[in-house]
Amino acid sequence: MQPPIRVLIVDENAGRAGLIEAGLVQSGCEVVAQLMGRADLQAKINEIQPDVVVIDMECPDRDTLEDMSRITRTQPVATVMFVDRSDSESIRAAVAAGVSAYVVGGLSVERVRPVLELAIARFTQFQALQRELASARSSLEERKLVERAKGILMKSRGLSEDEAFHLLRRMAMDRKTRLAAIAREVIAAAELLL
Amino acid sequence: MNPLRLGFIPLSDCAVLAVAEATGTFRRHGIEAVLSREVSWANIRDRLAVGALDGAQMLAGMPLAAAAGIDPVAEPTVTALSLDLNGNAITVSTELWARMVEADPAALATRPITAAALRRVIDEDRRHHRSPIRLAMVYPFATHNYELRYWLAAAGVDPDRDVELIVIPPPRMVEALTRGGIDGFCVGEPWNSLAVERGCGHVVVTKYEIWNNSPEKVFAVTRRFAEREPEQHQALLRALLEAAAWVDAPENRPAVARILADPRYVGADEALLGASLSGRLRLGPGGATATLPDFHVFHRYAANFPWISHGIWLLVQMLRWGQLASPLDVLATARGVYRPELFRAAARSLGMPVPEIDLKTEGTHGAPWILRGSEGSIEMGSDQFFDSRVFDPNDVVAYLAACEIRSPQLDLAALAARNR
Repeated sequence: MQPPIRVLIVDENAGRAGLIEAGLVQSGCEVVAQLMGRADLQAKINEIQPDVVVIDMECPDRDTLEDMSRITRTQPVATVMFVDRSDSESIRAAVAAGVSAYVVGGLSVERVRPVLELAIARFTQFQALQRELASARSSLEERKLVERAKGILMKSRGLSEDEAFHLLRRMAMDRKTRLAAIAREVIAAAELLL
Repeated sequence: MNPLRLGFIPLSDCAVLAVAEATGTFRRHGIEAVLSREVSWANIRDRLAVGALDGAQMLAGMPLAAAAGIDPVAEPTVTALSLDLNGNAITVSTELWARMVEADPAALATRPITAAALRRVIDEDRRHHRSPIRLAMVYPFATHNYELRYWLAAAGVDPDRDVELIVIPPPRMVEALTRGGIDGFCVGEPWNSLAVERGCGHVVVTKYEIWNNSPEKVFAVTRRFAEREPEQHQALLRALLEAAAWVDAPENRPAVARILADPRYVGADEALLGASLSGRLRLGPGGATATLPDFHVFHRYAANFPWISHGIWLLVQMLRWGQLASPLDVLATARGVYRPELFRAAARSLGMPVPEIDLKTEGTHGAPWILRGSEGSIEMGSDQFFDSRVFDPNDVVAYLAACEIRSPQLDLAALAARNR
């Protein structure tokens, strides 16, 4: 049996790194370390000797890995190679997901490709989660705005809740804007007048 | 139509792109363009390759490395405009500076400072079997890498044997210097100034001093974009040329610093950015401020012209240091990337004088000179190297043969066969 692939994860986001680690461990890899981006990344890689480095594209330290394929005469250092050299589809997927991976040492690209694929999947999944969270947060904000605007209209014009809501909706439709935007205007106008 | 997406790295020399966006210059030239702040050169390369960016600020060596087939993601890019000249410096830790002062004070007394004092420190370390001096630069195909190597080699220091060179991204340089991970670096601004301000670094020599008015960043687009959208490309070049002329005027530099201080662009301290943009560089903690009017050149001296000879010089560095192991036709490779004819079309439409030649011998002008161009003459700056060497782009084999320190992989006979 082949020994497990040793993976180093470099990610500024600890939550996401945990998600990737769980996935990798499940698929039989060994996650040797999780790091934030750091100034001594090259020394760290030489010390840890992972087979693959999975790195968040928001880490500027990617450029450090780009240079590690250079052979220096002073001391032996790990040779690092960009995983997706020949495969434009996987580059596209990786860039869209915001993750990149490098092979350290002699491991074949074929053997480590599943690691990159898993990282891409987890990054994408994390992105979707963040988006959902953001949209849930903003719709909650918007609902609050509409409630406040309705209250203002009910009080100032003596409308029922239903009538106030329909008035807001008509204004939004007439002006081809969103309900929350009209609500914000109503609130701003009320603040100005009261 | 979707807006064009242009990438940049938060450094002082993203100024031309930042100003073109912030002052509405793109729009005035009929272009919808959005700048995208990127954190690494590798990201810029990859995002260009997958079409997430249409154009970008790039290290001059990057499009050439892709054309020469030595970059892992070789999406062909072309450049018709250089964004700036000069702008970098070599800074060492205050500890290393103190050792250099002790080792060879005479070598530090006259500018430009050579690496002679550093060489003595290296020799002493070797005698005591200490680990080598470690210096950082920003990317394997960065001008920073080549000017650092040029400066070291001129004093007899072999950059691959006598020191250890590593890549550290600019925002981490000062941290690496304080924590003792490195002994010095070659980087753009404002990172040298920051190291001096923090009291941990001393500027030894500027890029201007190593090679007067030498090429730095370029504006590159994918060849795909240049071929499919020639009109848009021209409009972009016109907007950038206009912005470059504005950025270059000394009276506008404080406003440039204000724009760059915005977190959307560089997001560094305005005073710190403003000092080096105005040609004032503090060389050491508590030390004197040097006045270097040409520290950053964004337009004058035909700075935006994509000199084929600059491209050849960069390819020659890749050959010299073993990045390019197989011989290639340097003129044809440079011509595939650098597009002076596209620059001329854009500059002429703005009534700017343009050079009629594509190549010039570098290192023969020790003082300002006049280049006759079409639509008028152009005031040029000095192009001297600090070691007085001359670079003739038409005879790169002889040039490399005269480099005592160079990669043992370099096959001059094979190179000569490809460059007759």
